[in-house]
Formats: sequence, structure tokens, C-alpha cells
Amino acid sequence: MIQAQDLTKVYQMGDSEVHALNGASFTIDEGEMVAIMGPSGSGKSTLMSIIGCLDVPTSGKYELDGLAVENMGESQLAEIRGRKIGFVFQQFNLLARTSALENVMLPLTYAGFSGKEREERARKALERVGLGDRTHHAPNELSGGQQQRVAIARALVNEPSILLADEPTGALDSKTGVEIMELFQSLHKDGGQTVILVTHDTFVARHANRIIRLSDGKIVSDEINQNPIKAGTPRTEE
Amino acid sequence: MLFSENLKIALRALRANKMRSMLTILGIVIGVATVVALLSIGEGATASITDQIQSGGSNLLTISPGRQEARFPGAGGGYRQTSYLYYSDYQLLKSALAESVSEIVPVYQSAYTVKFGDESLNTNVTGVLEAHKEIRSFEMSDGRFINDGDNKSQALVAVLGNTVAQDMFGSLSPIGKTIAINGVRFEVIGVLESKGASLGSPDDVVFIPIETGYNKLFGETATYNGKKTVNSILVSVMDTEGMDTVSAQIEFMLRRSHELKTSDALDFNIMSQADTLETLNSVTQTLTIFLGAIAGISLLVGGIGIMNIMLVSVTERTKEIGLRKAVGATKNQILTQFLIETVTLSLLGGIIGILLGVGIAYFFTVTGLISSVITADSILMAFFFALAIGMFFGIYPALRAASLHPMVALRYE
Repeated sequence: MIQAQDLTKVYQMGDSEVHALNGASFTIDEGEMVAIMGPSGSGKSTLMSIIGCLDVPTSGKYELDGLAVENMGESQLAEIRGRKIGFVFQQFNLLARTSALENVMLPLTYAGFSGKEREERARKALERVGLGDRTHHAPNELSGGQQQRVAIARALVNEPSILLADEPTGALDSKTGVEIMELFQSLHKDGGQTVILVTHDTFVARHANRIIRLSDGKIVSDEINQNPIKAGTPRTEE
Repeated sequence: MLFSENLKIALRALRANKMRSMLTILGIVIGVATVVALLSIGEGATASITDQIQSGGSNLLTISPGRQEARFPGAGGGYRQTSYLYYSDYQLLKSALAESVSEIVPVYQSAYTVKFGDESLNTNVTGVLEAHKEIRSFEMSDGRFINDGDNKSQALVAVLGNTVAQDMFGSLSPIGKTIAINGVRFEVIGVLESKGASLGSPDDVVFIPIETGYNKLFGETATYNGKKTVNSILVSVMDTEGMDTVSAQIEFMLRRSHELKTSDALDFNIMSQADTLETLNSVTQTLTIFLGAIAGISLLVGGIGIMNIMLVSVTERTKEIGLRKAVGATKNQILTQFLIETVTLSLLGGIIGILLGVGIAYFFTVTGLISSVITADSILMAFFFALAIGMFFGIYPALRAASLHPMVALRYE
């Protein structure tokens, strides 16, 4: 569960200050599937990095599962990321020349799990994303969709509070993109996984039950999506 | 996170760029190999010199004239001998020390042109007594050595060192041939066994009876104030324990005969084999350290090469570092990972370098150039030096990697 109050983030760019976030407040409950939308420069990347504990806000409060993140130091943030956040990136960010299984095991390695438990949990996570038979393939032996599934398995392997996806279909063709959205929806519906999608793509956002729109560092709308796109529906241009 | 996992990551990263990794460690390989080879060869040279000197007899004292003064003080104008040892010194010592020394001989040596037919060369002509052979443990390869009869009769006979015999006569037997030393004709009566060349050139020498020398060859140059001079006096002491006593006796007697006051510095030197050994060892040691230091510089350069490549690697892998941080790697874990990678590189270089260095040392031994001695010390030193290089030059790139902001690193293109 996320509670954010008056988040601001100011970057120093040379002599001028850039206000990437201008007081954003919201709450995301456990088990929600939320899309954070906005054009580039709206502050959604900054918001994502704060939600994902990659960065701390300049001011404001951010609580993740009751933990006040805004005052945490670097190593505490790293630990929180390892335990509570599962990242999915546009470019998959898998380690090259490293098997799918080992890629998925990576967060567990840093979290200090034993070798045996790591492998067991990584295998399970790969099965969950439908890649139980691809454990020993390196990323360059997998298709884009399969690579993103490995990345999702890696995000799930720590049983995180939040699955945080940054443009997860951005590097995929539309058919594969739909399959990936299907996977997110099933993880949310069947597994009760909290999912936050950060995107500029309306089609992707409309898969979520709630859509938060950002503009100029402020939340301009926060609505329940009464009629989310059903998993597997092909992309239609509006 | 376990060390073995870091090692696995490091090896994978190094394998990913095989060529680059190999070129990177080349500097360390060369540096370590040079250090190991040089130390081994230095050690071997020291051992062989020690051996050689000890084979010359550990009970030998060498007295030589000692005080030399600058001819033109300060301006590097060369030296003029201002103190001499006299033939009378030898006679004095011989009669006084008859009890405690087994042999005592004078030596007068000077460089001359030696001719045989068209062959001509410059060599040291040394005037000696019969006992010289015993003291220096010479072995004859052919003929006989100078004897007392030759000295008494001032015979014009010569014994050739092995090199001189080879150079002048080649495969011919020199025995019975006549050579000209500074125009004076001598009959060759013997050739010495080679002493082996490593300390000066003990084989490049011609021996003649010292009496013959004084009367028929050396002339005025061998006298000072009307007294016959010698280059050195060799004393073979009966037992090694008596060395110090004999040495003190010689000092006392020579002081008196040279009319030195107690406050005056000695105008002669008394060197034992142990002294010579010490001097030579300190020379070889200095040389070894000096050469080792030069090799050390190449290690340093190698280290800089590693640091350079690691910095490139950190930049190339910025995204990977961002990802690792995103999935929970702490600053320390990233630091450790890159440090281990650098240390792995330098240790790999170190190990290959040690093998190569041992190989080179072995090669020198097998081909008979220099018998090298490979010591565990030198190998351990090279190993830990490589380790230290890895640590030292790895820390900066690793810190750079560890302090990358995860968000910035993830977005790096």
C-alpha cells in the first residue's frame, strides 16, 4: 500500500531548477492495478522512480507498506527495492550471456537467499510467466516477448508488494504487447498482485482499473476505469 | 552475497571481452614475469659467485695497497697510486708468520702485449711463485706450472690461462712454443684449466716466474724509491679461526714497516674471502633490487592499463549497474563486484606472469647462460604485488560504479 503526500522533486540543471513534481498526493491500495499516464515531461518518470524507491522526493511524504521512505539512505533504499518492488522496464534490461534462470535469480542473490532456494523460486517465477521450458536460454536466444516475460519473472521472484512497469510494451510489436498486458492482468486478477503501469500509451493504460493522469508535475485526474480492456483484446485505434 | 558469485560474475564479464581482457593483463604479465625472472637470475648469480669465491678457499687473505688520492681533487681527474706494497713486505711477513700461515706469496701484475707469430693480444702478465698454484687451486690442462727452480734461475718460461691459449693457439698445443711478451721471448711450459667466466676473466692471463719478471720484463715500473713493489700478497692461513689474529698481526707489522703512526689511516687493505663475498653480494643485491624496481614500473603501467579498461567497462555497463541497483544491489555490493573483477584480472595476469617468469628463469638455466634459482619468496612477492595492484587500481573504477545513481544509470544510453 502506497501513501504519497505533496511529493515534489526539484532537479538542478545548471543554473536553473526544474520542478519535475509539484505536489502530487495519492494512495494506492494493495491489489490495485493502476496506470500512471502523462506525456513526456509530465513528471511520470520522476514519480515512478520515487514510487520504486530509486530516488527520494525533495519534499513531501512517501510511505510504502507503512515505511517512511523519504528519509531513507542509499543502502536502505536498495534493501526496500530488493524486497518490495519488482521492476519491469521497456528495454527488459536482462543481463546478456546469462541464462533466463540466472537473470531471474538476480534479486534473490542480492537479498541473500541460498543457492537452492534461489533456483527453486526462480523456476516457479518462470513457470508463472509461461517460460518453464526456457530456463537455460540466454536473452539473445529468446524473442522480445519472451525476454519481457523473463523480466516479469525477475520482478515477481521476490514476491514484491508492487509490480512497477515502465512502458512494458514499448519495445514490443502490438500482438506481443497485448500478450504481455494479458499477463499483467492475470497476475493482478488471479494473484492479487498490485500492478502500477507507467505509460503514455492510452491503450496500455486502459487495461488498468484506475488511471492517474499527470501533467507538469501535478495530478490532473485520478479516475476509476469502469470498463477496463479485457485481457487479450487486440489494439484498436480510437 | 558470496565471493564465489562475485567471482563468477567477474569471470563472465572478462570472458565476454576475451581479447580486451588478454591485452589488459599483458602489462601485468610482462611486469610479473620480469620481476620473477630477474629475481631468480639475480639469486642464481649470487649463488654462483658465492660458490666460486668459496672454492677459492675461505682461509685466504689478500693484502693490497690501499690508499689512493685524487690527482686533481674534485675535478674527476683520475687517481694516482700513492701507497705501495713492497717485495720486502712480503719477505718480512713470510719470516714473521711462518708459524701461522701455510702459504704466503707475492703477486706482481701488469698488462702487456703478447705475440705469437702474427697473433697478438693484450693481457695481464702476472709474476708468481710456485705456491700460487696451490693457493688459487689452479688445475693444469697441459704441461706444468711455474716452480721454484724457474724463479731461482730466472727462467724465461710462461704458463697460459685458458683463454689466452685458445685465442693465440686455437687447436695447436702451445707447449714448447715461444711467445714474445713486450718483445722478451718466453717458452710456454703449461696451460691452465679454465676457471669458468663470471667474475672478471680469470682465464685471460699469463703467468711467469716473478723473479724473471722483476729482472727481465717489468723493469723500472715495478720499483718505487728503488724498492721492488708487488700488487698484492696472498696469505693462506692454516685454519679459518686464526684469520682475525693473522689479519691483526699483518696489520701491526705492515704499519711498523710503512712507518705509520697510530693515528694514520692504513695504506693497505686486508681482505678475506668473506669480505669479498660480502662486497660482491651487496653489489649483486643492489643490482637485483634496481632491476626489480624497473620491472616494478612496468607493473605500475600495467595497473594503470587495468584501471583504464575498468573505467571503460563501468561506462559500458552503466545500464547493468542501474539494473543491479534496481533489483536490490547496495553500493557495497556493486563496489565489491567491480573490485573483484579488477583483482581477478590482475591476479590472472600475475599467475600467467609467474609461470612465464619461471619459464624464462628455467630457460636460462637449461641453456646454461646463467643458473637461476627460483625462490618461493620472489613468487609470493610477485603474486601479492599483482594483488595489490589490482586492489589499488580497482578501487577508483569500482567506486565510480558504486556511486552511480540508479535512476540515471537505468536511463543511460
